[in-house]
Amino acid sequence: MEHLISVLVENRFGVLAHIAGLFSGRGFNIDSLAVGETEDPTVSRMTIVVKGEDTVVEQILKQLNRQVDVISVADLTDKPYIERELLLVKVATTSKNRSEVLEIADIFRTKIVDVQKDSLTIEAVGGGGKLAALLDLLKSFGIKELARTGRIGLARK
Amino acid sequence: MFQLTGAELIMRLLERQGITIIPGIPGGANLPMYDALRSSKIRHVLARHEQGAGFMAQGMARATGRAAVCFGTSGPGATNLITAIADAKLDSIPIVAITGQVPQAMIGTDAFQEIDTYGLTIPITKHNYLVRSAAELLDVIPDAFRVATSGRPGPVVVDVPKDVQNARIELEDFPEPGKADAPPPVRDEEVAHAATMINSARRPVLFIGAGIIASEASEILRTIAGRTSIPVVSTLLGLGAMPDDHPLYLGMLGMHGARSTNMILEESDLLIAAGVRFDDRATGKAAEFCPNAKILHIDIDPSELGKIKQPTLGITGDVGSVLRALAPRLHSTQHSEWLDRVNELRGAHPLAMPGAEDLLQPYGIVRQAAELIPDNAIITTDVGQHQMWTAQAFPFSWPRQWQTSGGLGTMGFGLPAAIGAALAMPDRMAVCFSGDGSLLMNIQELATAAEEDVNVKVILMNNAHLGLVRQQQELFYGRRFHASKFHAEPDFAAIARGFGVAAYDLGESTDPRESMAHALAESGPCLINVPITREENVYPMVPPGAANRDMIEGESYAKQYA
Repeated sequence: MEHLISVLVENRFGVLAHIAGLFSGRGFNIDSLAVGETEDPTVSRMTIVVKGEDTVVEQILKQLNRQVDVISVADLTDKPYIERELLLVKVATTSKNRSEVLEIADIFRTKIVDVQKDSLTIEAVGGGGKLAALLDLLKSFGIKELARTGRIGLARK
Repeated sequence: MFQLTGAELIMRLLERQGITIIPGIPGGANLPMYDALRSSKIRHVLARHEQGAGFMAQGMARATGRAAVCFGTSGPGATNLITAIADAKLDSIPIVAITGQVPQAMIGTDAFQEIDTYGLTIPITKHNYLVRSAAELLDVIPDAFRVATSGRPGPVVVDVPKDVQNARIELEDFPEPGKADAPPPVRDEEVAHAATMINSARRPVLFIGAGIIASEASEILRTIAGRTSIPVVSTLLGLGAMPDDHPLYLGMLGMHGARSTNMILEESDLLIAAGVRFDDRATGKAAEFCPNAKILHIDIDPSELGKIKQPTLGITGDVGSVLRALAPRLHSTQHSEWLDRVNELRGAHPLAMPGAEDLLQPYGIVRQAAELIPDNAIITTDVGQHQMWTAQAFPFSWPRQWQTSGGLGTMGFGLPAAIGAALAMPDRMAVCFSGDGSLLMNIQELATAAEEDVNVKVILMNNAHLGLVRQQQELFYGRRFHASKFHAEPDFAAIARGFGVAAYDLGESTDPRESMAHALAESGPCLINVPITREENVYPMVPPGAANRDMIEGESYAKQYA
């Protein structure tokens, strides 16, 4: 099962290396990882998405908790939470199919952030399901390049 | 207000931590620290390889339970320390390794003797620091000791660039020395639950390990075992927590434990796992370990609970505190039916020690030496057959008597660890049982032993082989021996003498026992070479990956290949 883990860490030199090393060293796979400062500039929030059996995820949570620079660890998946991810996708277009791509972009309430002769770049924000559905539809036109931020989340309460 | 350099500040802070001895090696990037060390009260011990310095620090920490420090320079100094640091991580030993680093302006330029010590030591430390300014030292040094000794102990690396060592800093006062955080409070409901499990068990076994030693829980363990009549098995690193001659003590479990010990665990209905991590050498195939037992697991590190075996009840806590809270709730029991069965199995499948009377055979060397070694001596080993023979046969009786590289299994551990133990406990003897393969891996420390004139005795079981490798090739690789025999056989006694260490060769002695006694009575370091049969194996043995019930006894199994 997929878990969205939110980790508050001291905003210090080397923290990312410690966390990334923990995952690779113990053979855990990271699906996505997003890091940024919080309301307190000395603290960063890492949102880590992992897939695994409950026992594996439990071990991941415990190992994260052991890190000296980790302040708190929460598995958001347990309770109500909000999650978002931003992606930029450059879709191959021709004069013939451009309007069709624009229509899809509109239905998904995305923004067109760049237009070239042979491509459109779309900015989309959403949860995992929406972005997957969007990419699925755009695939047939040809995706030239794709960048995504990784998922971030907050518990509702 | 007073002024200090970063290097001087490090020495003052280490003095305030109670550090009196630091093994290490100087080099370009840590020379400011050595300059400051010169005028410090701290005694420096010059190792001959940084790995030796790291293991000496381990020897001090294992002997005293307090964090010990070692020094190395940047680049090769740091990489040479790595094995000793990793070893401390796996065995949860509190050491603080302080390394020199190239000046900050040169970091990342592939400068002479530059290596990313911080990056290299992330996976092998409990925590590590790259110090960016002299002012940071005020937090980092006390914090390094706090982290190394809090909860589950472990190694910490502090990497100090040369410009930070040279920087001047103005101070009003020194920070408080770092000390271990208080362990988590013992929770009454957990203790009550644990007591119910123990009181209602019919075939309980106490399974103890290094956590008992680290939390100084040996006394309370003995009290509990005595009152409840629960038999006790130990991991390799738990040896000494229970006295060898205690009637309830079943010795080591696992790969080279007595067959009866592993059979008793098979029949147990409650495993009280205290300060252990279910290491594969102890459990064998984990899925088939103690198949009939509920598990009560007590450990200071919550990540150990459920890592290998899901416990019925897992308690995060200092094992000594938990056992002390538990003791008054435990019924005084006889468990006579269970103990009858235990003793029946012990009688039927004891640990055989052939040759225990012969000073020229492995068990004999350990047993006979034990009679001659003072009771308060610290015993270290290297890694291999001699390590297992010593673990099986030496009558350990007190915690911290025993030092061995359990988790990492580092050949070369024994001699420098013994030197560290002897430095920390100058009124005691430290005896290193070693093998000819292992001893060569840090033999240069004989020079340190001679220089410091430490009371270290090396008893070398010399079979001109990597014995445990040879044994596995014999048993599991169809006797296809390869790269396990040493064709060049050094004269270890001559080598020792060359280093200025007294040496005896029992192979050339007309009265080996007398020679051994004489050697052990030498005042300083001494090496005792004992040639042993080259084809000797350690038995019994659980084949790697097999269940503990599937021990092989040697002769019968080996015949299949003969």
